[in-house]
Amino acid sequence: MKNIVIAGVGGQGTLLSSVILGQVALKLGYDVKISEVHGMAQRGGSVVTYVRIGDKGEKVYSPIIDPGQADILLGFEQLETLRWLPYAGKDCKIYSNTQQILPMPVITGAAKYPDDIPGTVKKHFDDAVFVDALSLAVQAGSVRAVNVVLLGVMAKEMDIDEAVWMDVIGSTVKPAFKEINEKAFLLGNKEVI
Amino acid sequence: MKKIMLGNEAFARGAYEAGVNVVSSYPGTPSTEITEYIVKYDDVYAEWAPNEKVALEVAAGACYGGARALCCMKHVGLNVAADPLFTVSYTGVNGGLVVMVADDPGMHSSQNEQDSRFYARSAHIPMLEPSDSQEAADFMKIAFDLSEKYDTPILVRSTTRVSHSRGIVEAGERLAREILPYEKNIGKYVMMPNMAKKRHVIVEQRMKDMAAFANEFAQNKAEYTGGGIGVITSGICYNYVKEALPEANVLKLGMVYPLPAETIREFASKVEKLYVIEELEPFIENQIKAMGIAVTGKESFSVQGEYSTSLIQEKILGEKTKVIDAGDVPMRPPVLCPGCPHRAVFYTINKLGLTAMGDIGCYTLGATPPLGALDTTLCMGASIGMAHGMEKARGKDSARKLVSVIGDGTFMHSGITGLANMLYNGATSTVLILDNSTTGMTGHQDHAGTGKNAKGEAAPAVDIPKLVKALGVEDLRIVDPFDLDELKRVLQETTQNDALSVVIAKRPCMLIDKSQQKAPLHISDRCKNCGSCMKLGCPAIVQGENAVEIDQSLCVGCGLCAEVCPFNAIDGGDQ
Repeated sequence: MKNIVIAGVGGQGTLLSSVILGQVALKLGYDVKISEVHGMAQRGGSVVTYVRIGDKGEKVYSPIIDPGQADILLGFEQLETLRWLPYAGKDCKIYSNTQQILPMPVITGAAKYPDDIPGTVKKHFDDAVFVDALSLAVQAGSVRAVNVVLLGVMAKEMDIDEAVWMDVIGSTVKPAFKEINEKAFLLGNKEVI
Repeated sequence: MKKIMLGNEAFARGAYEAGVNVVSSYPGTPSTEITEYIVKYDDVYAEWAPNEKVALEVAAGACYGGARALCCMKHVGLNVAADPLFTVSYTGVNGGLVVMVADDPGMHSSQNEQDSRFYARSAHIPMLEPSDSQEAADFMKIAFDLSEKYDTPILVRSTTRVSHSRGIVEAGERLAREILPYEKNIGKYVMMPNMAKKRHVIVEQRMKDMAAFANEFAQNKAEYTGGGIGVITSGICYNYVKEALPEANVLKLGMVYPLPAETIREFASKVEKLYVIEELEPFIENQIKAMGIAVTGKESFSVQGEYSTSLIQEKILGEKTKVIDAGDVPMRPPVLCPGCPHRAVFYTINKLGLTAMGDIGCYTLGATPPLGALDTTLCMGASIGMAHGMEKARGKDSARKLVSVIGDGTFMHSGITGLANMLYNGATSTVLILDNSTTGMTGHQDHAGTGKNAKGEAAPAVDIPKLVKALGVEDLRIVDPFDLDELKRVLQETTQNDALSVVIAKRPCMLIDKSQQKAPLHISDRCKNCGSCMKLGCPAIVQGENAVEIDQSLCVGCGLCAEVCPFNAIDGGDQ
């Protein structure tokens, strides 16, 4: 079983990346379940998506990943990476965007955005990867492609053919955004980390 | 063909394959997407009704007319639809009738954590509960068949994690099915006392028949492993149980009402220690206890929130997973979007120091800091009735500082009758209708006032100002909320006068009318860091070291902050 936690801020496109992951799993013949957040939290709140992919022939029952069980934590925003860190299992791989989006309690001064989140995360996982996915997305042609850039970063250490990713990305995103997203994936994937 | 489907997409697919003809629903998380997926099928009539009661009445009429009919809603929506629900149970059906209700344990997007299974028992209606996307599709088909076979509406219950999870579904073909003939039958369809008394006898017999059938129902499945522990469960919890306790014997109930008494007795006799694992209320547990069977349930598990694999392991096996402590992480609550027209209204309510009875929608977010402009949120449409009650309790003077705040969709849902009551019973406070021309929070569904139907086609629109006038409200004002001076002036007048007033703050949601979006604003060196703009609670305005800053990636140039800035220090936004 591969447990992947995708955490971000409502509006960042975490859902699309989980759908792409799910399609990749289906294409490769694995069972998969995904759990999403809809409704209220989507209005700029903290959102999380769980993706659970079975091993060959293994059935996935629960769509939920519990704290301490994630094999991969994909964070779309630094604070969200930190928030969902308790979900990381012992050998969890952590890939995080360096982007910061200030939550309302920080904006109003009721709370402080934590200092040096990468440092805190690396105390627990020294191989945690932080990349500037926002810049790469802009380079690919759209700030909205952060989600696919991060998929590309994560895919580096997954044993899945690039062609499979490309095929799924091409058939999942709207035709008008196909090229941008393909480029975003490759930029993330080729990023030296 | 195998496809990954959201639970709600699978419910829609199942209904489609069952040959559903008519669907009438009201949006509500976590049920909304079922109907959104159904409208994509051209051979199904699907609509948004103004509320759940109307939706169920439409579905009931359609099923009497020989169609297979479906009605979808969230748990609190079933409260609204409860009136027709209890009596359509008596009339039974002609074509199949399925009422789909989605509960929200853990309250991801709801105001309470009610357990809809009690409706099944109270209304004497069988209830099915699938555990994943594949079952969502399968159970929908079973539900329509059972509905017609036993002459009963069927409740299908989902929870957030079933509705909003994706899994692999084997999609099938649509059943080719003719609309059944309609025959007038007042003994069945006219529920006056004499007819209803006879129908009640039929209902009781039907439930006995269903209870007997439950013992043979293939979706009430016992899975024996030979271990000592036995767990009776249903829905999403089945998945947690299978992963937490792979050694346990499991009785998975596909039908949660009525319960299969014989199957349960047999299962209980074969295990050493029996548990019931069910989120929310001890609905199954108490019925099993009433059968005289010893079972452990809520002594170990909470009636609050969601369960999980880890929770079950902890409660039953005493195993606890070690978890990293991330320290103090600031909350990230949902907020009104940049450019949201509601923000201007809440800012003005605060300026005037008004008591504001709130309602259900995006604008409920106006209750949180720094806006903090709402005093109450109860249920759909309640703002209007509650403002009236507040005035009757505290007197006319209190109404000079009193408004109710309700969106256009919620006004259509259940605000109109409240307003009629205010007029009839001499209210003098102000009803503020925030008309953003959509049902925002659930994902921008159209409604009777938007001019488009559920399929996105042009449709006649209920004219809210004319409707308000027709009710007899004489003091009606329409303002653009972004004209802050005018909004303030109007609200001062309408709250101070001794008449019932309606103020419609009209501006479309920034997300549906993107033509309103302009270039991001920026802060000039005239900024004195006075904090006036920070009171707007805009996520694009951030406190910097010596001045505020505007996040260029979030700002949509609405200009509200420039309007409130006393130093004229915010520029741009005109392209």
